[in-house]
Amino acid sequence: MAYLDHAATTPMLDVALEAYVATAREVGNASALHGAGRQARRRVEESRERVAAALGARPAEVIFTGGGTESDNLAVKGIFWARRSADRRRTRVVSSAVEHHAVLDAVDWLAAQEGAEVSWLPVDALGRVTPQRLRAELAAADQVAVITTMWASNEVGTVQPVAELAAVAAEYGVPLHTDAIQAVGQVAVDFAASGVSALTVTGHKLGGPAGVGALVLARDVAVTPLLHGGGQERDVRSGTLDTAGIVAFAVALETAVRHQQEYAARVAALRDDLVTRVRQAVPDAVLNGDPNDRLPGNAHFSFPGCEGDALLLLLDAQGIACSTGSACSAGVAQPSHVLLAMGADSARARSSLRFTLGHTSTPEEVGALIAALPEAVDRARRAGSLRTSR
Amino acid sequence: MPDGVGKVVGVRVLAAMSGGVDSAVAAARAAEAGHDVTGVHLALARNPQTYRTGARGCCTLEDSRDARRAADVLGLPFYVWDMAERFQADVVDDFVAEYAAGRTPNPCLRCNEKIKFAAVLDRAVALGFDAVVTGHHARLGADGLLRRSVDLAKDQSYVLGVLTREQLSRSMFPLGDSTKTQVRAEATRRGLAVADKPDSHDICFVADGDTRGFLAQRLGATPGDVVDAATGEVVGRHTGAYAYTVGQRRGLHLDRPAPDGRPRYVLSITPKTNTVTVGPAEALAVSQVQARRPVWIGGPRPAAPVECEVQLRAHGDVVPATVAVTGDGLRAELHQPVRGVAAGQAIVAYRPDPAGDIVLGSATIAA
Repeated sequence: MAYLDHAATTPMLDVALEAYVATAREVGNASALHGAGRQARRRVEESRERVAAALGARPAEVIFTGGGTESDNLAVKGIFWARRSADRRRTRVVSSAVEHHAVLDAVDWLAAQEGAEVSWLPVDALGRVTPQRLRAELAAADQVAVITTMWASNEVGTVQPVAELAAVAAEYGVPLHTDAIQAVGQVAVDFAASGVSALTVTGHKLGGPAGVGALVLARDVAVTPLLHGGGQERDVRSGTLDTAGIVAFAVALETAVRHQQEYAARVAALRDDLVTRVRQAVPDAVLNGDPNDRLPGNAHFSFPGCEGDALLLLLDAQGIACSTGSACSAGVAQPSHVLLAMGADSARARSSLRFTLGHTSTPEEVGALIAALPEAVDRARRAGSLRTSR
Repeated sequence: MPDGVGKVVGVRVLAAMSGGVDSAVAAARAAEAGHDVTGVHLALARNPQTYRTGARGCCTLEDSRDARRAADVLGLPFYVWDMAERFQADVVDDFVAEYAAGRTPNPCLRCNEKIKFAAVLDRAVALGFDAVVTGHHARLGADGLLRRSVDLAKDQSYVLGVLTREQLSRSMFPLGDSTKTQVRAEATRRGLAVADKPDSHDICFVADGDTRGFLAQRLGATPGDVVDAATGEVVGRHTGAYAYTVGQRRGLHLDRPAPDGRPRYVLSITPKTNTVTVGPAEALAVSQVQARRPVWIGGPRPAAPVECEVQLRAHGDVVPATVAVTGDGLRAELHQPVRGVAAGQAIVAYRPDPAGDIVLGSATIAA
């Protein structure tokens, strides 16, 4: 099998799995006062320190959550609510047109349910948000509650100029949240140096377990909780702490960040080889996203005349796992809002396929893709021509 | 091995999985027969969320999940294909247009003709599949002949009668030799949660079963007269002739009873004048049917009139008839009169056979 969908989820690192199993065997609620509770709390706090150190944050800034979607919702809704409570005129959210649905839909929800006004920052043909556009938006609209713009695109792999965006936000005194789920472990991510106010990270994209992640939140940024209850995590995120998950997450994150440079060099070389060979095999394939500032494991193509879901089916039958990269609605692939925002038409958006490499990727897997791709493209084109001819 | 999967073993087949028990068992049988089976659920509704409750058939998110779960249990790759655009154009819009034209369409038949065994089959073939397998209750043997299911109450050969030989040559119906009871028992045995799922009824895209309301929403209210066929008198008003079907008795809301005091039925619908014509039951009886666009699948186009049996609507009575080719259509002389023959429905001709009545061909009833 060739697993080319690491951006969806990547295999757990052995060290993380071992840490998980060892911790899961222990009893103890991290909020309990007895010895077992203290032991669990110690593991959680050690993990918090590890995550903080790896991300250039202070331990008190790390809030453990149930994963990326929760962290994004907590940041977007929580900061919006808190800032609006402090000043009722702050009702605007500034976001980008290429966010993951965890941000996109949270912003839409604020617009629909909380009367938020939204400014969607456009992107260029490579999927980049520019500091100039953010500045123009902030200059035109006063009373912005929160800015949320991703660190790197889960679809096309484009890495955003986050530090520049954060600097503009800071000029206007507006907190900026960034979804860094795809970035941590792939590119250098330093919370303090970046200047962002809040940062989302999750376990299962960097070799940890699914269902655990964190929101790194600067101490001067107020946030209204989504979950109320036992008051864990600075009262921001109630719920019994998943000690084993947190420990495994921290071990994975620390490992991924420690090895980030050599990992990125190795995976980017493999990815470059994949891109070159895909272009040889399918000369009219179009690489989407920024060719330079992109995630090391990401290769995202449009295959003219094909539908992505047909290609996926054909490659899946050959044991090759990849993704159309866009969200599903009832299992039906929708044309990617990211590609549409980048100026692609609906046909090109539907014709795209994402291959993402990770820590277990091998040249053999790339070879398997290249061997299967030409026939798959051929067949998908035949199927694709039916839609227009009938 | 059940009939209908016994063609060539080891071919790549696409199982259309609606989320119901029949298509799940059909897929299971195809896989067990040694074929390389891939499951596909067809997303037919534009906004499946709006069908979250109430509707049964093939449009809800729940059906999609049921189909996926069945595929998981059977260990089949599974995908959802978005056919909503085609379904809207070829089935739903056609359904509305046919009613507007005073005819009574059968959307299931149209869906088979244009979606399942056309758009889906074509895409499947282009992608390298050899055939499509469905859970229809009909027999399709190695001889290429389409026969009624052994379960006559569940027989669906009528809605498959529109398929061409070409389409049938790439189709598999593994359930034709089984009764519905047997299919349900097998689903239970195979651990399929859909074993007890109720049968789908009605029209899948009319969520609440209110066809008249569905049409009224799309065609609007167009009040007109209900006229007595014998006297030409206006005996009532209606809000849209499209809402009526030949043979209909209930819901006419006539202002006055017939002179003879007997019930009246819809005899015909005239969209041009927006008139619904009513009359007594005996005026409904039809002895001759004209039909167009015939498809001959049980043999060559007959050179001479054929003695056979015909069925004029889904689950309708079967009557003996003489069927003759006329230009580009056909004419059926019914040996006993039939009531409630509606333009737009299909006439399907069968040759009685001890091994299951054989579909000779079909055509669309014109008058």
